[in-house]
Amino acid sequence: MTQLIKVWDIPGGVHPPENKAQSLIEPLTPLAIAPQLILPLNQHIGAPAKVLVEVGQQVLGGELLAEADGVFSAHVHAPTSGTVAAIVEHVVPHPSGMTDTCIILDTDGQDSWQPLDEAPDYQNLDKAALLARVRAAGIAGLGGAGFPTAVKLNPRANQPIDTLIINGTECEPYITADDILMQNRADEIIAGTQILSKLLGEPGRVVIGIEDNKPDAIATLREAAKDTRIEVVSFPTKYPSGGEKQLIQILTGREVPAGQIPASIGIVCQNVGTTAAVYRAVRFGEPLVKRITTVVGEALDTQRNVEVLLGTPIRFVLEQHGFNEKKASRLVMGGPMMGFSLPDTSVPLVKTTNCILAPTRKELPPPSPAQACIRCGMCAEACPADLLPQQLFWYAQSEDLEKLEAHNLFDCIECGACSFVCPSHIPLVQYYRAAKGEIRQHRIDKEKSDRSRRRFEFRKERIAKEEAEKEAKRLARKKAAEEAKKKLAEQKAATGDAKTAPAPAPADDEKQRAKLERIVAAAEDSLKQAQKPLEDATDEQREKQQARIKQADVKLKAAQDKLAALGAATSAEPAPTDKAAPAKAAADDPVSAAIERAKAKVAMSPEDKLRSSLESLYKRLAKAEDKAREAREQDSDKADALEQGVSKLKEKIASTQKELDELTPSNVAEPTPRDPSTSDTSGGATADAASNAIEKAKARAAAMSTMSAADKLRNQVDSLEARLEKSRARLSKAEAENDENIDAFKAGVEKLEVKLAATREQLAQQNEQA
Amino acid sequence: MFETIAQHPIASALIALIGLALVFGALLGYAAVRFKVEGDPLVEQIDTLLPQTQCGQCGYPGCKPYAQAIANGDAINKCPPGGQTTINELADLLDVEAPTLDEEHGEESEVPTVAFIREDECIGCTKCIQACPMDAILGAAKQMHTVIVDECTGCDLCVEPCPVDCIDMIPVASGIRDWSWELPAASHEQADLIATDTGRGHTQRKTGEAA
Repeated sequence: MTQLIKVWDIPGGVHPPENKAQSLIEPLTPLAIAPQLILPLNQHIGAPAKVLVEVGQQVLGGELLAEADGVFSAHVHAPTSGTVAAIVEHVVPHPSGMTDTCIILDTDGQDSWQPLDEAPDYQNLDKAALLARVRAAGIAGLGGAGFPTAVKLNPRANQPIDTLIINGTECEPYITADDILMQNRADEIIAGTQILSKLLGEPGRVVIGIEDNKPDAIATLREAAKDTRIEVVSFPTKYPSGGEKQLIQILTGREVPAGQIPASIGIVCQNVGTTAAVYRAVRFGEPLVKRITTVVGEALDTQRNVEVLLGTPIRFVLEQHGFNEKKASRLVMGGPMMGFSLPDTSVPLVKTTNCILAPTRKELPPPSPAQACIRCGMCAEACPADLLPQQLFWYAQSEDLEKLEAHNLFDCIECGACSFVCPSHIPLVQYYRAAKGEIRQHRIDKEKSDRSRRRFEFRKERIAKEEAEKEAKRLARKKAAEEAKKKLAEQKAATGDAKTAPAPAPADDEKQRAKLERIVAAAEDSLKQAQKPLEDATDEQREKQQARIKQADVKLKAAQDKLAALGAATSAEPAPTDKAAPAKAAADDPVSAAIERAKAKVAMSPEDKLRSSLESLYKRLAKAEDKAREAREQDSDKADALEQGVSKLKEKIASTQKELDELTPSNVAEPTPRDPSTSDTSGGATADAASNAIEKAKARAAAMSTMSAADKLRNQVDSLEARLEKSRARLSKAEAENDENIDAFKAGVEKLEVKLAATREQLAQQNEQA
Repeated sequence: MFETIAQHPIASALIALIGLALVFGALLGYAAVRFKVEGDPLVEQIDTLLPQTQCGQCGYPGCKPYAQAIANGDAINKCPPGGQTTINELADLLDVEAPTLDEEHGEESEVPTVAFIREDECIGCTKCIQACPMDAILGAAKQMHTVIVDECTGCDLCVEPCPVDCIDMIPVASGIRDWSWELPAASHEQADLIATDTGRGHTQRKTGEAA
């Protein structure tokens, strides 16, 4: 019956010389234990395992050395007893010839094992327990790719499996490891197949596929599978029918869609070696620590299949087989079609090593130099995946990644059939591998750049948000300040009449003066004290000292101001103190200089200030007018804005002029009571020019005198805030119009901010004192 | 109805045409409003091709502004981190000849680099944190800073503001897991060889290499 099972054909394929006979002459033999084993942490596809042992630790056979890191990973066990000699970077079997982390195990030759967790009644175990045993054994696909088996045996719930295929094809030339396994351990394979079938929910069809060049294996398996529902199917030999997707097509006629796994069409495929390992893991609790490997090639004295411990150095294996280095053209791990050259004989044998090939030059000559593609199309005929190899070759050469993907480069199984048939000896597969690597790298880069863009955009957003928050806070503060100002004004209006109307009584005046004098004296004292220890102070202390001096100075000044404003006749009093303090201070250079400067600024009368600002305003006006004219001439769209600015400047000048006019007489009037001798000469000239202004000024002076220093500061803060607001508005307008003076505006705003902060500080100090 | 049409064939044809024009005009007008594309889609496309290092070597403050500038007609060869690959892709997108990289803006580095802070020397000034366009530097004032390697684009912008010069740009470590096959030597180098002449190709190749 089984003879009549229909098999399908795959497109393409080649028939390279099989070279399978030489390794089948000798029976399967276990290889001796090497003195040192090298166990890479990553013998499978996925994340490397995590080391559990320490250097110097004694381990028994079957002990867990490194555990799987996540689902897509596999355990690494000790193949025999010994001592962990090192955990280092070591050359591993990889086409790159690079190093990877390995556990170096010095074997003791005892091969003593830890007790294994056997399960004679494994048939009664449930799926979860079976899967746990497979996972615990660290089994990865032994066919060559090394996919963690436990993952494959646990398909998603939405992918019901209807067919289980056991792959005994072994289509690659030279390799006979699976063949000899099938001949020797057919029972294990059948039992393993039944376990897999149970794990996958008893799929409708369970089939073992074998190429017809292995008649012995087919016969043994058919015999073993006699009483089961397992089909053993043989089909014509052709390379690469052992490829997972190709085998599925041969046995079921179905094709795995591009970019998907067989489970998506309800099929799971496992290698016969893996199946046997699953059986041993489930039945005996035996971890995957050894495998059958074909050691073959004309450069060896003995060619055979050996059962060898994982981690055995290739050098040790070759020594056991009489390797003649001079005869060998190179050393290949895997078959001649898909294997790769080993850089070094110190690399270990790993879970995926199904063959060690040591051919002579005659047997496997070095590749001939590649010639130009003649577009013969033989590669397209040989391709088992129905691709267009020459087209892919052109695009790979020109690194046209988009076209490569459009031509389904990722469906290439890298079987090497195209390279094999190429009359120009073009290493086509190498081009595809390189192109695949580049596309993968490109994808990673793209992903990274997308993430970078998102991060950058988030950052920009965050900064904008912070700015907006700051702005909102500032506006709230401004509003609060305005309200406070209004309140203050209201208070003043309520109490002001009562205070200003009656002149301060002389007795009261006397008392206040005494009090103020006391304050002045105290302030002077503290100033003196503050200045004294400056000489032997450190920088840090000096800073503090300066702050204190400033504070004292401010206090002193406030008191002096009050005192000065208090009475007309008392003008002589504050003068000496005023001078005494700076005189003392003059001894201390930088501090006193700063104080002097500050004093000079304070001393600058509002009239002078106004005058200087008026001057600067005139200058600005002239400049602005010039600019406006220029802009007008060039017909720039800025002209309107500039002209607006000019008119604004004019307005400002007018208002300043007015203020100045108002102030001039009042300013003169103010010092009159303070120093009659000088005020008469300077004030006399202008005094009668604005007699009504004098009245006003007097009122103001009276108001000023009643106003505390704190109030004054508050007023100052208010005006500063108003100015800051104005200049900010100007700045934002300039920004909107992209003015060239934007920097100047910015600097102005900053300066104002600094000043405002300083004044606020002063105010706070004043409040504290009060 | 048919009689009127038969009697005034030209008038009815005109009415029909005008009617159709109005209907389709309205339809197109509606579609133009309903499916209006916000922003310039070309800028987005260019932006996705740029490497997003935000390094500013092109002279623009980030990749998006440079994308905008390219859309407005700026040269496409000002991006050293992207290198020739990016230039080729941009040329492909914009359908122009691909120029070589403008060396004025820097050279394309062979190996990608990431910033590394020598943490013993870091004084915790936060200057690099403010400079990093990727927020890839972690730290606080007077605390040691460190670079999140996975987020660092190697833009170099943190190196300059560091007052104690404790930031190095180090090449990204590449291991066995990043490895990929390289393209074989281009075949045109060997195109003049005669393969049938056994051995000659090799000797020629060897002498060629020696020379």
